[in-house]
Amino acid sequence: MSAVVGQGTPVVKDPGAKDKVETPFRRFASEFMESRLALGGLVVISIIILLAILAPFISPQDPYDLAVLDIMDGRMEPGSLSGDGSITYWLGTDDQGRDMLSGILYGLRISLTVGAGSAFIACMVGASLGLAAAYAGGRTDSIIMRIVDLQLSFPSILVALMILAFLGKSITNVVIAIVVVEWAYYARTVRGTALVERRREYIEAAECLALPRYRILFRHLLPNCLPPLIVIGTMQVARAIALEATLSFLGLGVPITEPSLGLLIANGYEYMLSGKYWISFYPGIALLVTIVAINLVGDQLRDVLNPRLQK
Amino acid sequence: MSVYLLRRLIQALGVVLAMSVIVFIGVFAIGDPVEILISPDADQMERERAIAALGLDLPLWQQYAIFLGKAVQGDLGRSFVFNEPALQLILQRMPATLELAFAATFGAILIGLPLGLYAGLKPNSVGSKAIMAGSILGFSLPTFWVGLMLIMVFAVQLGWLPSTGRGETVEILGTRWSFLTADGLSHLLMPALNLALFKISLVIRLTRAGVRETMLMDYVKFARAKGLSPFRVTFVHVFKNILIPVVTVTGLEFGSTIAFSVVTESIFAWPGMGKLIIDSINVLDRPVIVAYLMIVVMMFITINLVVDLMYSVLDPRVRLESK
Repeated sequence: MSAVVGQGTPVVKDPGAKDKVETPFRRFASEFMESRLALGGLVVISIIILLAILAPFISPQDPYDLAVLDIMDGRMEPGSLSGDGSITYWLGTDDQGRDMLSGILYGLRISLTVGAGSAFIACMVGASLGLAAAYAGGRTDSIIMRIVDLQLSFPSILVALMILAFLGKSITNVVIAIVVVEWAYYARTVRGTALVERRREYIEAAECLALPRYRILFRHLLPNCLPPLIVIGTMQVARAIALEATLSFLGLGVPITEPSLGLLIANGYEYMLSGKYWISFYPGIALLVTIVAINLVGDQLRDVLNPRLQK
Repeated sequence: MSVYLLRRLIQALGVVLAMSVIVFIGVFAIGDPVEILISPDADQMERERAIAALGLDLPLWQQYAIFLGKAVQGDLGRSFVFNEPALQLILQRMPATLELAFAATFGAILIGLPLGLYAGLKPNSVGSKAIMAGSILGFSLPTFWVGLMLIMVFAVQLGWLPSTGRGETVEILGTRWSFLTADGLSHLLMPALNLALFKISLVIRLTRAGVRETMLMDYVKFARAKGLSPFRVTFVHVFKNILIPVVTVTGLEFGSTIAFSVVTESIFAWPGMGKLIIDSINVLDRPVIVAYLMIVVMMFITINLVVDLMYSVLDPRVRLESK
């Protein structure tokens, strides 16, 4: 994320003065680190991403390999030893004898990929349309913003339900649903900033040089609209992860063969009433920690990148 | 004003029509209901008769025209599964959803307002910081997981509250309500709290921001200088003024509360229309899906229209712009 900021603002490189020169990026970094909470959030996110990437190497069991699952080990309590004594189920097992810790690590991979991936696609679509609306103005602007307004007047869950009712359930369709839900937020944010930026002299200068329109849009206008986009983007990743989990919980999301955190929680739902809490509890904690950490970072980013609060 | 009203009504009608096309075509795109509804043993003749009886052999535009013509008369088709009119099916379950949504909204104000007031009046106290941290959690916690945890604690471990259904109901004017019996109320408590969680955080934040802003106003300073008791200043001068944004936003949020009740109803087996739509999507019961989406879309358009009209009545600037 920080590398993107570095691109948008000129970074002065002076090998002689080492760390002493205050570049925009370093100022941004030091302002960001003023909040211990946000820094903690960043550390937690990094750990979670690392865990998700390394899941195949660190998880005690391959939760997708039905051959290693022993149905006799089903619904075992946290900390119990597997039937053949080979591994300890630190977080218990689900109804198919799947180690919850391994399930969560693999589930994180799916949740993070779907969440970040769909938020990224939504960002590309929304930012392009927002830029186009602000730059072209007139009819293009009013048509795009009409659609944005209309869509934002409906709650996200309803729009997502509608899309999944139309397209059926699959990972791709969940991604499509999240993109359709989220693009409007990006479009509105980018348009707002771009409307101010497009009246600046550098855009006029670029137009005088007769640069192609796409170049003005994406090389001149877009980098200057990045700060609010980054803030919105961070928050939307958290929202995308939560929405995917909710849809999967309702049985409209990812297929049962590749359980995300939401589906793991749904699997434990029926065992909740008999007191087997761990099947739903631990995946929920993983989900919660991820979302809270992202929101903490997003909150601080908003304070640091908000031009109105700049000292 | 009447011209503005008329224009807004025509606009709303246009949106309803556009949504009906989107919903109809969208629902048509999903899997073939014939595969699910007709037994695989049926021979070709029986299949064709069933397809013709359901009107699935006509071209899409013709199916839409028939759908629209009937929809205007309040007929949104019959459920493939229940073999009952889809509209009736949904309207039967609407009171349960409305009851849940009202209880959640009411609960959010009841819990959120005092907490927000406290956090706004004493922003630096430990209690306020705890409240604000709690409100961040309220925004971050996935609703469905909180619902499960509520069941785990209050239904399974403590055994205080029932976890599914509506409980005993009382019939008033032909609809059944839970909140009038002790048993129904105990069934309502957990789902309502679950659905209210997000709104509580919202009300806390709105109230706190409102209080902090209002406390700096001249009329509050004047009321204090006059020697009024802090109690009177808070509850008469400040409270009245923060109520307006809080009530407006919770009113606006009512629609999304109904939409999000889909999740809560699924967890607590609350027999409302949200649970019906999830079940219908799973068995591809097209008429019910179409009817649900159309009813909810209409509800949203009405809420938005009413709010817009109210703004234009209350705020002269909006009125002038529309001329």
